[in-house]
Amino acid sequence: MSLQFIADGLLIGAMVGLGAIGVTLTYSILGFANFVHGEFIAWGAYACLVIAGLIGLAVGADIAPLGPFSIGWTILVAAVIAMAFTGGLALALDWLLFARLRKHGNAIVLVMASFGASMALRSLLEFLFTSEPAYFSRDIQIAIPLGLGIRVTPDQMLMLGLTAVLVTAMHLLITRTAIGRAMRAVSENPALARVAGIDVAGVIRKTWLIGGALACAAGIVAGITVQIRPFMGFDLLLPMFAAAILGGIGSVPGAVVGGLIVGLAESCAVQFVGAEYRAAVAFLLLIAVLLVKPAGLFGRGDA
Amino acid sequence: MLDVVAYGAFFLTTALSYALICLGLNLQWGQTGLFNVGVAGFVAIGAYASAMLTTPAGGNHFGGYGLPIAVGWIGAIIASGLAAAVIGAITLRLRADYLAITTFGIAIVIQLVALNAQAITGGPFGIGFIPRPFASLAEYALGFDLANLAVVALVTLAVFRALERLVRSPWGRVLRAIREDETAALSLGKNANRFRLQAFVLGSAIMGLAGAVQGHFIGFIAPENYLSAITFQTWAMLIIGGSGNNRGAVLGALVVWGLWSASGAAMTTIFPPEQQARAAALQIVAIGVVMSLILLLRPRGILGEEMTVSRHLDGET
Amino acid sequence: MTTAVLRAEAIVAGYEPDLPILNGASFEVRDREIVALLGPNGAGKSTLIKAIAGLVPISSGVVTLAGEEITRLPAHVLIRRGLGFVPQTENVFTTMSIDDNLKLAAAVLEKPRRGPRIAAMYAMFPALAARRHLAAGRLSGGQRQMLAIARALLVEPKVLMLDEPSAGLSPKVAAEVFENLLKIRASGVAIALVEQSVRAALSIADRAYILAEGRNRHEGAAADLCDDPVIARLYLGGDPTAARANP
Repeated sequence: MSLQFIADGLLIGAMVGLGAIGVTLTYSILGFANFVHGEFIAWGAYACLVIAGLIGLAVGADIAPLGPFSIGWTILVAAVIAMAFTGGLALALDWLLFARLRKHGNAIVLVMASFGASMALRSLLEFLFTSEPAYFSRDIQIAIPLGLGIRVTPDQMLMLGLTAVLVTAMHLLITRTAIGRAMRAVSENPALARVAGIDVAGVIRKTWLIGGALACAAGIVAGITVQIRPFMGFDLLLPMFAAAILGGIGSVPGAVVGGLIVGLAESCAVQFVGAEYRAAVAFLLLIAVLLVKPAGLFGRGDA
Repeated sequence: MLDVVAYGAFFLTTALSYALICLGLNLQWGQTGLFNVGVAGFVAIGAYASAMLTTPAGGNHFGGYGLPIAVGWIGAIIASGLAAAVIGAITLRLRADYLAITTFGIAIVIQLVALNAQAITGGPFGIGFIPRPFASLAEYALGFDLANLAVVALVTLAVFRALERLVRSPWGRVLRAIREDETAALSLGKNANRFRLQAFVLGSAIMGLAGAVQGHFIGFIAPENYLSAITFQTWAMLIIGGSGNNRGAVLGALVVWGLWSASGAAMTTIFPPEQQARAAALQIVAIGVVMSLILLLRPRGILGEEMTVSRHLDGET
Repeated sequence: MTTAVLRAEAIVAGYEPDLPILNGASFEVRDREIVALLGPNGAGKSTLIKAIAGLVPISSGVVTLAGEEITRLPAHVLIRRGLGFVPQTENVFTTMSIDDNLKLAAAVLEKPRRGPRIAAMYAMFPALAARRHLAAGRLSGGQRQMLAIARALLVEPKVLMLDEPSAGLSPKVAAEVFENLLKIRASGVAIALVEQSVRAALSIADRAYILAEGRNRHEGAAADLCDDPVIARLYLGGDPTAARANP
């Protein structure tokens, strides 16, 4: 039996996990399920594509791919800029829409607004880029056999490595830095956080920035290893929500573990049942968690 | 001239079928405060159930019993209601946004099943030959359109009046009490979740009926009809028209469908045929922006929330 | 007369603007003083200090700290001005360790002061030092209260306001808390505390105010209030001689 599904599952898990970290942070600090997070993923991927193209144009020459990977340095530079851009997009959306609704709505109105905004943002992408898939690179990569029936492309290994780095950095940020402590404090008890001297509005802004940037990273991983299309974020929404809830809202390790579980479950389903019902796997996991332990694996139980 | 009337009938029939969905949604959201993001799923269940019951035998799908249309529509109500009962039993006791996420997932799964369970649902090809009401009038195009409009209008009116009575009934009062302040309602000894479940099931059943009505109007259904765009459109209709208000639900449907059709017509003139898909995307952006503006500036929508007076207080029998 | 470190004048406040809980309450805390805010349930004592702390909206009235007006400043600014507040419940971050709780509080200070101040808190509360990596949610009631106070004290406030610090604690543990409050006063911090436990509050307070229905009803030296039987029966719910005999 081929263990390829493990490699595939890890890759899906990387995408879902990166996105789920942003979902779990905004959910626990801002108090609502943000449907727009999927669009940060898609917008991030397209932003990286466009910026890389612009850099390439500015430089003039053809950009050669780096080493065994399919991407050139322009994409790496563009990725950093795109992450900042997507973080800014998240901030702008909060300023335009969510911050105002927070003042006099209850949380469910925020979810409703996020649903509407996500539809608008996704359709805007469809308008700008059409629904045809786009690619960072048209190069076909040869998958390298690793034994046990597993084969991965260099791109996939790079993306997995970068995801691991990002996730570790996030964990360190949350547990060891002042901003991480402030975020944990606001997520547990905003009133006490204020009394302790934390500027909650500032923490909220940083949460959007971080969440947006991570979503962009997830989009770039998906864009490099699969393809870029307007619905790419929407298709990751249900798995991300499932991963965040499975891991326990507010827990960064939980979101990552949840993402890996969702990814592996999906790839198992693809290998053993067929690819058509892939999306249903995340849904079944979600229902299972909500029935058995709604607080999730690392949850606080005050959900 | 007759063309305009025919188009008007077609427009109204479609708008009213959406109004039916919005009425069901209003019961769930406006009266009970439930955020159902899986509208498309319940509409699909109703449409497919009715199609399976009423289409003639020999189709590439489950069912085909050739039963009368009325039976199909009742089947649609029951099927959607049952699905809502199961989903609601599991999720209604959870927090409101978990209901949103779960119903969102349900709609995706339902669309997936409709697309892939080819033997049952006909797969991507959908189900055709769905009997139309007054099919015998098919040759008299105008009469046919008007007859269909009459049927849809009657159904919508009947549901509207039934819901208006429900809203003013003791049951409706309990729902609103639960929506406003659950602890107070609980202290009255009412089991909040039972009432929520009833509202959820009834609202979804109405959505299923709307799906069946739409299916029988067009004569053909396919999985791509039931993507999240329907959920988005009906939510926009309810928010713009005025949530919490049955008249608002109907008005919102008419207004948004009107805007949709008008902008769609504008798009066909502005954009060349190859760009029509992109233009349609722009329509959604516009609706999304309007919906966000309403939420920001006038959350009650056009007609705002009714200050419902109980039947017993305003003298009605 | 020593000047007031904290003064609240004619405070009207409440969660809903048209439903005020406080209808013009006032008090002041002077340098090196412990002031108790007493009164029956619903009097608005907690609301008063929460309003000063920036957690309940103030409709009218003036609050000054060391002469500067602070009336509607946001809560996270007030602590930087020297106003510390210890809520009654949920007053520590239960999912974070003791150390993280203190580091969080220290973030308000400039970098060089942080380490020394955290060390000072551990020196003052050895029980916390012994458990510094334990999640605050796993602490006993008394240890939690210590952490809550340490968290507020760490930034060297001019005034410390506490909301029912003895609530839910056994008499022995509550007595330890009050002993700590005396030490804190001795170190130069003025204290205002809301208390249900009248005898304990009057045993360490210099002066006390009695509030009812959102207004001031009486004030005076703690010793005088202890002795007054009318006051005791009306507002303090008990026999004043018993209060003084059993501190």
